[in-house]
Amino acid sequence: MELELVQLYVFILAGFVGFLVITRVPSLLHTPLMSATNAISAISLVGSLVLAGSDHGLVARVLGFIAVTSATINVVGGFVITDRMLEMFRPAPRKREPK
Amino acid sequence: MTPRLLFTEAAYLVASVLFILGLRGLTMPDRARRGMRMAALGMLVAIVGTVVKAEIISYGWILAGLALGTLIGWPLGTRVPMTAMPQRIAISHLFGALAATLVGVAEFWSRGNGARVGRSQMAALGFEVLFGALTVTGSFMAFAKLQELLPSRPLTFKGQNLVTLAMLAAAAGLFGWLVAEPANPAAFFAMVGLGLLFGVSLVLPIGGADMPVVLSLLNSYAGLASSATGFAIGNNVLIIAGALDGASGLVLSVVMSRAMNRSFANVLFGAFGSAPPPSATPATEVVVRSITAEDAAIQLGSARLVIVVPGYGLAVAQAQHQVRELAQEIERNGGEVRYAIHPVAGRMPGHMNVLLAEANVPYEQLRELDQINPEFKSADVALVIGANDVVNPAARDDPAAPIFGMPILDVDQARQVIVLKRSMNPGFAGIENRLFAFENTRMLFGDARASLAAVVQAMKAAG
Repeated sequence: MELELVQLYVFILAGFVGFLVITRVPSLLHTPLMSATNAISAISLVGSLVLAGSDHGLVARVLGFIAVTSATINVVGGFVITDRMLEMFRPAPRKREPK
Repeated sequence: MTPRLLFTEAAYLVASVLFILGLRGLTMPDRARRGMRMAALGMLVAIVGTVVKAEIISYGWILAGLALGTLIGWPLGTRVPMTAMPQRIAISHLFGALAATLVGVAEFWSRGNGARVGRSQMAALGFEVLFGALTVTGSFMAFAKLQELLPSRPLTFKGQNLVTLAMLAAAAGLFGWLVAEPANPAAFFAMVGLGLLFGVSLVLPIGGADMPVVLSLLNSYAGLASSATGFAIGNNVLIIAGALDGASGLVLSVVMSRAMNRSFANVLFGAFGSAPPPSATPATEVVVRSITAEDAAIQLGSARLVIVVPGYGLAVAQAQHQVRELAQEIERNGGEVRYAIHPVAGRMPGHMNVLLAEANVPYEQLRELDQINPEFKSADVALVIGANDVVNPAARDDPAAPIFGMPILDVDQARQVIVLKRSMNPGFAGIENRLFAFENTRMLFGDARASLAAVVQAMKAAG
């Protein structure tokens, strides 16, 4: 099978899985969801790393460097801020002490 | 397949699975943190799988980029206050899309300016840089509006939609030409430029209240740009992660549009509220009954069920902690407190939940629209704090109102409605709110934070 077709399969199936999972996320967590998917889609870091590290000349490297920097900002900042938000979502404390 | 390549591919597969499991964690508040740790682990695995690739021959630029990115990303994660979350998210859409766009541009450039780019690869690169470029500038405009560097009202000029659509058509034309003949750097860079301009003109006419939809759409575009990068450089983990992000943004945009009873096209090209019609009854002529903090304290002190309706005004006044304090007082007096969260309350999906969670409100008390609406009948007091359009009865019964058909919170069914409001100005949609003149409505004028503090003090004084 053509490579492009396989890629299309992967894309559509992943989108479908995404749809099934995301529709079950309660609106309570929609902001963390957005920052989480943002951090995850900073996976373009992978492409940026190859660009910055391989031998395609200086222009490609400088572009790669900027891309690595922006993607890393999202990876680090995205996961940290998502965790910071999720930490705040706490259930009500169980009241056990007698009045 | 060399062992090294096998390792990389295995790492990508593991990363993809961890990303999906991580997102699944977000379906349950108590599992969400663990889920996101898995996703972060997945990212680490993907990075390790990449740096061992044979193509990578030097690490200088890589390490510099990783270091600088961490240096900037860390404070963006730890320091940004929760009230600034919408603009924080907008700026991260910008960074994500910028990375994807630059990878696309460099890929085109390093393949002899398109000379060694196949047609299907060109199609992928085209999507990548188009989605990327429009998300870069679109996110920047959204950021500027949310940060109030630009006015948050819609900025429009005559024939704007025509100009925007013409740009889109021109970009699509160049795209088609490039797929037919990839070795065409002028067309490629013109398309990138049009994408950048299109992003600006797409977001300029969108008002502050519509930002939840715009942020969700940009989220989706940033994901699609990542996915297209995966197609262009033949990398499955990029395709998968990008598709997850794209799907998420799309689902959120649909949820948000539905919550405003509007279509995408209407949000993007409607310039909602651009010219608020001169109201037939000027604000000052609406007869409203005001209430003092002391009287509000008495009402709240004897209430058995209080439903708090927070809006963007609460975030602006940074009054979430005062709300929590007030809830504690009500609970001390034997009352029960719930929070009614409209899907578009605030400037991004779920923003109000985060603000209240930050103020230590247990998440069980945060209720969605469908859950809470039947409960207003049995509520003694509905406390509306800085919300306007989401409680405007015109959405139910005035077909001429711009917000007609939007699902709203039925606060008027509560025995008593207390509205905290700075002054008598119409809301974001530029619409007068009849709720304020209802028989059972009392207005508590002033800064939300100061008003709430005064009510809390009065309740404490009463014991």
